[in-house]
Amino acid sequence: MMDVVARPAEAEPDLSAIAADAAGEHGVGRPAVYVYEAPVRICHWVNAFSIIVLMVTGYLIATPLPSVEGEASANFVMGYIRFAHFAAGQVLAVFFLARILWAFVGNHHSRKIFYLPVHRKHFWKEVLHEIRWYAFLEREPKMYVGHNPLARTAMFTGFTLFVAFMIVTGFALYSEGAGIDSWQHKLFGWVFAVWPNSQDVHTWHHLGMWALVAFVMVHIYAAVREDIMSRQSIISSMISGERQFRD
Amino acid sequence: MSAATETFYSVIRRQGITRRSFHKFCGLTATSLGLGPLAASRIANALETKPRVPVIWMHGLECTCCSESFIRSAHPLVKDAVLSMISLDYDDTIMAAAGHQAEAILEETRAKHKGQYILAVEGNPPLNEGGMFCIDGGKPFVEKLKMMAEDAMAIIAWGACASWGCVQAAKPNPTQATPIDKVIANKPIIKVPGCPPIAEVMTGVVTFITTFGKLPELDRQGRPKMFYSQRIHDKCYRRPHFDAGQFVEEWDDEAARKGYCLYKIGCKGPTTYNACSTVRWNGGVSFPIQSGHGCIGCSEDGFWDKGSFYDRLTNIKQFGIENNADQIGMVAAGAVGAAVAAHAAVTAVKRLAGKREDAHHTS
Repeated sequence: MMDVVARPAEAEPDLSAIAADAAGEHGVGRPAVYVYEAPVRICHWVNAFSIIVLMVTGYLIATPLPSVEGEASANFVMGYIRFAHFAAGQVLAVFFLARILWAFVGNHHSRKIFYLPVHRKHFWKEVLHEIRWYAFLEREPKMYVGHNPLARTAMFTGFTLFVAFMIVTGFALYSEGAGIDSWQHKLFGWVFAVWPNSQDVHTWHHLGMWALVAFVMVHIYAAVREDIMSRQSIISSMISGERQFRD
Repeated sequence: MSAATETFYSVIRRQGITRRSFHKFCGLTATSLGLGPLAASRIANALETKPRVPVIWMHGLECTCCSESFIRSAHPLVKDAVLSMISLDYDDTIMAAAGHQAEAILEETRAKHKGQYILAVEGNPPLNEGGMFCIDGGKPFVEKLKMMAEDAMAIIAWGACASWGCVQAAKPNPTQATPIDKVIANKPIIKVPGCPPIAEVMTGVVTFITTFGKLPELDRQGRPKMFYSQRIHDKCYRRPHFDAGQFVEEWDDEAARKGYCLYKIGCKGPTTYNACSTVRWNGGVSFPIQSGHGCIGCSEDGFWDKGSFYDRLTNIKQFGIENNADQIGMVAAGAVGAAVAAHAAVTAVKRLAGKREDAHHTS
């Protein structure tokens, strides 16, 4: 279930594998597993790009640029920024939905970021191990084909939950301009039952942006670090789809 | 007060209009509306038989700004609304009767127009200390409100007080002032928020109910859709400056003189549902934004507790500190960034140390 590659921490390095590794790029000893299917990778990069656009434009909507010169009719700066924000938001929503649909069709790795096996003792044990690894208390990381349990927890909260929150509040805010009869209001207007003053929805949507900023920083750092430290490919895996183990 | 229920016809006659003119009016109305030949007599019949809707207007914790606004209505004139359209049976602030005489009207209306009168409430009841912070006629206001609400057809919650709580419900709300819909659960409630609501919106709601004999269509939060379905921002005449990216940065700067958008100095137009930018105030003369000041969002829930009226990003108090989303977010992002950098540094040091150790070990 957890796809732990059997590799005891104290095991002797497999000398034959290293020897084979030196022979060529795709040596026998370099196992590669196909983890991220094409739709997962496409969703990842489209979402990543959308989120960047959304963060920049969203910040500029809350804190607009200095005023432009000239007639109002000759300028549309705020209009374009808002258009970019709304467009990127709809793209993100579509690809987020597509990603959920793929979780039903794709391989079992594609489902992992949508739920946590919180009822399994094993899961918590491995989360603890990962926390100890990040706290420098473990000398050797465990190897996983997909996400490690801590990464999975981070992806579930930082991406799935936060982005879902941003999509819901985002569409609710969009429905204010689209009007009370719009499908956006019919689907997401209930947000204003939670926060009757839309100012609060704005504030939470804004806080959500900062939460995502924090997630993106941790996400990128963890990916780079694991790529180097745990001797398995992380970044290139999201391009090729294959996870390679370097040992 | 009134011996028998007054119809519109008797009011029309009382104002010196002859029966002949009355029928002419009905005929003309039917013709101009393009209705069939029978319509004239049906209109006449309706006006002759339809009673004026009795209205009981009560005042809880409030400042009377709703009444002040109401009496300035231009379309329709408040005199027409009060004297012809409705039968304002009770309003302790402006009625001639006082004391037991006034209180008797409440009982009378309740008995005679059971389930037919409209209860208009200005202000709200404070619930703390058994409602002792608002005593009306020797009793806590909340008791009077509940009593009159029991037999009412519907309740109009005038203003931000009755709709949301307003200033007396602002934190820490010592009297526990509570909006009407949190006290009365079993009656239709129309919220007409604003501090005060626009005069024409108030008389408009009254006109709708008396004309059609039913309540106007309400939005998700119980406000009449016809006045509260759009934001100030959606119909603001300064909206082109917003879309262009032209903002007032400071009071009295060049942009302020040019009439640019007030978004950056805290205008709450984008989050405020009201009709100010279309109906305007004082008979359509102006409204806050037209006078150069941002909207403060007075018709929105808890507008007193959202920090400065002049900040775009409002304060968040959930975390025990008064900061806006950017301040909290930047601190959080900064902390995460610092943690990441520190972690990376420790990782690098450990790795180097580990390598040296490994090298030492293998040699």
